[in-house]
Amino acid sequence: MAVDAANIKTNGHEPSYLEYKGKHTGILGWILSTDHKRIGILYLISLSVFFLVGVTFGFLMRLELIAPGRTIMDAQTYNSFFTLHGVIMIFLFVVPGIPAVFGNFVLPILIGAKDVAFPRINLMSWYMYVFGGLLAVTAILLPGGPADTGWTFYVPYAVRTNTNVVVALLAAFILGFSSILTGLNFVTTVHRLRAPGMTWFKMPLSIWSLYSTAWVQVLATPIIGITLLLVAVERWFGVGIFDPALGGDPVLYQHLFWIYSHPAVYIMILPAMGVVSEIIPVFARRTIFGYKFIAFSSIAIALFGSLVWAHHMFTVGMSDTGMFIFSLLTMLVAIPSAIKVFNWVATLYKGSIDLSTPLLFVLAFIFLFTIGGLTGVMQGVLSIDIQIHDTSFIVAHFHYVMFGGTGFGFFAAMHYWFPKMFGRMYNEKLSKIYFWLLFIGFNFLYFPMFIMGWLGMPRRYYDYLPEFQTYHLISTIGSWILVIGVLLMVFNMYRSVMKGKVVTEKNIWGGETLEWQIDTPPIHENFYDIPVVETDPYQYKMNEEKSEKEVVN
Amino acid sequence: MQIHDKPHEHSHSYGSYILVWLALMALTAITVAVAGMDIGRFTVATALIIASFKAYLVLSVFMHLRSETKTFVVFVIVALLFLGISFVLLFSDYSFH
Amino acid sequence: MSSTEHTAGTHVHRDDVGSRMGMWLFLFTELILFGGMFLIYSVYRFQYADEFHLAAKELNTIMGAFNTAVLLTSSLTMVLAIIAIQRNQKTLSILLQLITIFLALFFLVNKYFEWTAKFHHGIYPGSEELLSKSSGEILFFGLYYVMTGLHGIHVIVGMFLIAVMTRMTRKDIITKDSYVRLESAGLYWHLVDIIWIFLFPLFYLIT
Repeated sequence: MAVDAANIKTNGHEPSYLEYKGKHTGILGWILSTDHKRIGILYLISLSVFFLVGVTFGFLMRLELIAPGRTIMDAQTYNSFFTLHGVIMIFLFVVPGIPAVFGNFVLPILIGAKDVAFPRINLMSWYMYVFGGLLAVTAILLPGGPADTGWTFYVPYAVRTNTNVVVALLAAFILGFSSILTGLNFVTTVHRLRAPGMTWFKMPLSIWSLYSTAWVQVLATPIIGITLLLVAVERWFGVGIFDPALGGDPVLYQHLFWIYSHPAVYIMILPAMGVVSEIIPVFARRTIFGYKFIAFSSIAIALFGSLVWAHHMFTVGMSDTGMFIFSLLTMLVAIPSAIKVFNWVATLYKGSIDLSTPLLFVLAFIFLFTIGGLTGVMQGVLSIDIQIHDTSFIVAHFHYVMFGGTGFGFFAAMHYWFPKMFGRMYNEKLSKIYFWLLFIGFNFLYFPMFIMGWLGMPRRYYDYLPEFQTYHLISTIGSWILVIGVLLMVFNMYRSVMKGKVVTEKNIWGGETLEWQIDTPPIHENFYDIPVVETDPYQYKMNEEKSEKEVVN
Repeated sequence: MQIHDKPHEHSHSYGSYILVWLALMALTAITVAVAGMDIGRFTVATALIIASFKAYLVLSVFMHLRSETKTFVVFVIVALLFLGISFVLLFSDYSFH
Repeated sequence: MSSTEHTAGTHVHRDDVGSRMGMWLFLFTELILFGGMFLIYSVYRFQYADEFHLAAKELNTIMGAFNTAVLLTSSLTMVLAIIAIQRNQKTLSILLQLITIFLALFFLVNKYFEWTAKFHHGIYPGSEELLSKSSGEILFFGLYYVMTGLHGIHVIVGMFLIAVMTRMTRKDIITKDSYVRLESAGLYWHLVDIIWIFLFPLFYLIT
């Protein structure tokens, strides 16, 4: 927002948070730090490692699927791979991703605070993240091998299989707890630490998104906590709660599982939508269109998102009434998301477009998320879902929303806030090259899955009929293009952090939110003095001048 | 806002808490008595209503919800709503099997 | 839980309302953790109503009611401990906190006797005796052990938490002017009580 420049002291006397020396120095100064910015970086490093591990599993899975029959691994290994790929990508990348890295770094600054409400709990949630992640991956080394149940751990198979299910369950439980702590921290921070003058409707839209996400993290995550705990208890004590032989209902497990896991996808997408709302005004040089609609749609998505879970279960034997209700509610949940897309496009319209890398990723997000979202609505239709449930159509759908959506949103945030976080700039030419590799690779990898899923190719299948071969071939080649893009991106990011062109200017993009009014990189406490906020966010003068001209004409 | 709140006010007298405790004990006794009577399906409903009222007393008096800002009350309602909605929708499947 | 100092050199920021807000949010997660189990209970109760009635007869209503009274009283002593410290009555506050811990222990001891009595009758998950019963009864006891077990774990955690508060009160870290930690511990304890308030009728009073 156009904060009075005099409010933000700019004498540059203090060292940046990267150089700050507190109670501890060196590496201890990082892993014992309660500075939200350092914690965000710690998350970025550990998250990137786990992301690459997840990519590796995906890459190997696609290699296996390039031809029917056994290619490089046996069926049991393939089952463990898709389980690990799912667990890692979901619990270690997509769910924590934007809140843990960028939320942590940017949220306090955007509301004019010096840190989050509970800095030590923030650090603890990172420790839990790393511990949970390591636990998930160590299963590979244990006898019995990693779980082969799929990331959904459906009973009764999850109770009966001899693979290391409990380790995976424990890891997911700990990661869930990490997520809860982040959510709890963010809700309290937004309520209690906004700078003077920053009313709810003067907050940047990414804060609305992170706030809504935080509520879902707090309320929905415990359900999967208890559900996974019960599967572990079932394996240890044979209690019978989900065991059909003892009167238990495996479908009840699925209900409980999805009561979290559906809202979880909104934990995944809402922050990415917040990032999009931040980036578009800056790179279109226009005030965001429909601020209140976007703000309220974040709340609406969080709310409606908790009403639709059983659309993951249309083929398991639910009552017809239940299915009708959930199908109807699923149609409703698309509305607030659509509202956001309309508002974003309206903001771009007649804007002064700067096609820098952050905006490229955002445009890709809008395109890919729309495809993902629309196919989601298709799946909400009962007659369609009966045919395509558990096919690769579903796999394509969720990769378009989770990867094309949240993933690209994460990359957008990375390229947008990079200069502020590190005081360096990445190689823009290279970033545009790998942007196109990522975008093209992505579509070649996943679009064929829509087609073959529609034609009957099942998901989680290690082998397949010859009629699907061409699609699989295209898809695997797409994965190679995508992986090259990923590697180039990681290379560019890493090299630029170490040796990129130094950036000291506060506002490299011409943004109007608070992070662009402070030092690059920020000092330890973000602000020399807490700012007093007087205007709305995203006020672009050009907008006012333009509308004056239009009035005169 | 980085607000400076007025000192957290609630009753500094022991008496009101002891009264609420007596009410809670009485309600417990009533629940047990009702369970002993044969009123069929209504036993559980009554027990749950009484339990809800006991929870309300603990929440508002012992946990000081009545002296916190409205925000806390909204929070509690939101949390309960989440559980409530899950319950209702869950039974949209199970009641029609 | 208070938002106190950041790393050395930064100002101390105290926000009691924020601290309580954080604890309330954490309590919601506990509420929903148990809520998930209550959802499961309600589905199986709906499906196996008669068998649940039958199984509940094995539980001792008097024991359950007595334990309910114990926990309700411990909630009272906990909140009175806070009033005491507000009135600068340090010794009384410590005494009340210790009584709370004692009552919690009493609750656990009763629980222990209840459980061992069941084990003695051969009723435990996986036992021959239990498996020979109907599905609804097996589920009832499965839920009984898991829910009261999980609740018991939370009672133990609560005891430790309050013990830490007692120590802090003795060492004047918790005082008349700074007692939000004690309030937060109290909030946790009251939630443990509330969960039992619902567990009691649903397991002991459905005969």
